[in-house]
Amino acid sequence: MSTKDDEMLKELALEEYKYGFTTDIEMDIAPKGLSEDTVRLISAKKNEPEWLLEWRLKALRHFMKMDMPAWQNFTLPEIDFQDISYYAAPKAKPKLNSLDEVDPELLSTFEKLGIPLDEQKVLAGVVAVDAVFDSVSVKTTFREKLKEQGVIFCSFGEAVQEHPELVKQYLGSVVPQTDNVYAALNSAVFSDGSFVYIPKGVRCPMELSTYFRINAENTGQFERTLIIADEGAYVSYLEGCTAPMRDENQLHAAVVELIALKDAEIKYSTVQNWYPGDKDGKGGIYNFVTKRGICKGDNSKISWTQVETGSAITWKYPGVILKGDHSVGEFYSVALTRNKQLADTGTKMIHLGKHTRSKIVSKGISAGTSHNSYRGLVKIGPGAEGSRNFTQCDSLLIGDRCGAHTFPYIENRNRTATLEHEATTSKIGEDQLFYLTQRGIDPEKAVGLIVNGYAKEVLNQLPMEFAVEAQKLLAISLEGSVG
Amino acid sequence: MLTINNLHAAVESQEILKGLNLEVKAGEVHAIMGPNGSGKSTLGNVLAGRESYEVTAGEVLLDGKDLLELSPEDRAREGVFLAFQYPVEIPGVSNINFLKTALSEIRAYKGLPPLEARDFLKMVKEKQQLVEFDAKLANRSLNEGFSGGEKKRNEIFQLAMLEPKLAILDETDSGLDIDALRIVASGVNHLRSKDNAFIVITHYQRLLEYIVPDFVHVLYKGRIVRSGTKELALELEEKGYDWIKETVGAENAV
Ligand SMILES: Nc1ncnc2c1ncn2[C@@H]1O[C@H](COP(=O)(O)OP(=O)(O)OP(=O)(O)O)[C@@H](O)[C@H]1O
Ligand SMILES: [Mg+2]
Repeated sequence: MSTKDDEMLKELALEEYKYGFTTDIEMDIAPKGLSEDTVRLISAKKNEPEWLLEWRLKALRHFMKMDMPAWQNFTLPEIDFQDISYYAAPKAKPKLNSLDEVDPELLSTFEKLGIPLDEQKVLAGVVAVDAVFDSVSVKTTFREKLKEQGVIFCSFGEAVQEHPELVKQYLGSVVPQTDNVYAALNSAVFSDGSFVYIPKGVRCPMELSTYFRINAENTGQFERTLIIADEGAYVSYLEGCTAPMRDENQLHAAVVELIALKDAEIKYSTVQNWYPGDKDGKGGIYNFVTKRGICKGDNSKISWTQVETGSAITWKYPGVILKGDHSVGEFYSVALTRNKQLADTGTKMIHLGKHTRSKIVSKGISAGTSHNSYRGLVKIGPGAEGSRNFTQCDSLLIGDRCGAHTFPYIENRNRTATLEHEATTSKIGEDQLFYLTQRGIDPEKAVGLIVNGYAKEVLNQLPMEFAVEAQKLLAISLEGSVG
Repeated sequence: MLTINNLHAAVESQEILKGLNLEVKAGEVHAIMGPNGSGKSTLGNVLAGRESYEVTAGEVLLDGKDLLELSPEDRAREGVFLAFQYPVEIPGVSNINFLKTALSEIRAYKGLPPLEARDFLKMVKEKQQLVEFDAKLANRSLNEGFSGGEKKRNEIFQLAMLEPKLAILDETDSGLDIDALRIVASGVNHLRSKDNAFIVITHYQRLLEYIVPDFVHVLYKGRIVRSGTKELALELEEKGYDWIKETVGAENAV
């Protein structure tokens, strides 16, 4: 590649993070440190029943005994778990019934982020939003309208109070407390998150969406999401996230559990844009998330779609346990890394039922000196007669100082299963760039077009409104360049 | 409109263009012919500003403006259009979206707002008809999976959409079937006006029967060694390039 392109590509990625502001608001913050007392404090703040406190404490004891993982493709920075505050909430409230009761500072924060909490303004009724600010849910919109159909969409804290039987039945049923270090930590100290239940035969009438915002300093965010689609139900759910620019790293360790019963379908989309740190790798979010769904009933379907552009380190493997016969699991991912970002992401498809199918489409984009890995596991159990997997892993390199890696693991214990794997690595070609600039298109925009074209198959999976956002996000993430 | 004086250009430090002179006036069509490897595509790429081609001497003026100073995108916005000999595929990028972006950028450069969606679509339809370009192709990803001929026709469709001042067609006729050749030529003839100009690079006399050139030049070893009218193309078709190579050789020997 010629020198000008080189320079341009070198500089790609320096666009400022536009969600980096902080909100000045009175906060209720727990003292730093992790102990049984911390867990008791959180549980008490949230007025939780005894069984849940016990559940948390059990998780904490596990966490204390566990070693930090060491199999990842990079050196994990040492995290001092005693130097983090595990609970932060805007003062005033906790429970809000109308918008008037929400702190105006907070409202304007979400407005700045482009998340209107005023129901009249919300995309004419297409999306219901649950907004989580640091540790607590601030406001869930459209609750009444959803209630008419029996759909429950509320903060996790409220679900514990109002639907304890559902929470008790499903919490930890897909991601056990002992699953991994960060799942154990989350189980001990999780603060809030979203809860969704779609009753039998109901097609949720609108997109459900949760918006996460880390604001407070030196806090971790540990939210917990639980989505249950009863027999024949359908729901499409989207989460988005941003954080202020801070020089210290902040930890985000969420757990998401999805349960699809017979004939049910859950579509879960993520647009992850946590603060990635500056161009020298200072600051940024450590995004260590455990996401897993179970296709419990026959003919059920779970589909994960993710667009990952943020975080200093991303480490997540949304998976599906295909237990029901003829159930379907899908994973569509675009992960973009630049500067010094690290992303290690992929999926786990566990085929247990007969004639189960899974599809994996992963598109990695690396720029700067970042490293982007796909790590996936496809496991076919002995009973998974006639199951199929199709995996496609593509990597796109921008410049020649970044890295792309693929680690596909396969464990097949049934001879009737079919597995297909395709992988490609490509570079943005000088000829492609020249073709577009020759037509009058700015080189930065040209890269944006090429990258969006490359990611199209995944972006097409997103709900319309968010696909447009995600496209812009991909283009912006590569902007700020051209010497 | 276009003035090229003593242009020298190198690729990977090997000199390809060796003192090329050419004057193209508004309203004219110039054909450039010449043996393989003589530097025809190099000329197109140099005019369009491709980075890997280094201009070592000479000047190129477009309506008095120094073209060589401009970036490729600014040259395009000034009205230089290159129909590529080998158009690339850009997977997943919709043809229409790409054209909309290109057109908006060119308009913005001229201080014009982007076209309204309705007007843009009207224009797409009009131009599709003008160059008989299949609407299905217009809606597909940019050149992805297009046949060789379809790619060439897409170049002409883009040309029609972007309405450049100076269009350079690099062997747009090669790979086209007879009907397509006629359609492309009639498209170009429709687009011809007193305000724009065409440089048509071709190996075949046949194209020049449809797009009648005002001048025909022979490029050989990086220089224009013969210029004439359309009869020169006929003569070349008949005799090949040997007689030119011989005479050039003789001249150089002097
Ligand atoms: N990128 C490049 N790298 C190395 N050599 C090149 C490059 N581009 C052109 N050349 C060389 O420059 C010379 C002129 O090439 P050019 O493509 O301009 O010829 P042409 O007249 O268009 O030929 P054709 O009729 O075959 O299309 C050739 O010898 C070619 O190999
Ligand atoms: Mg050529």
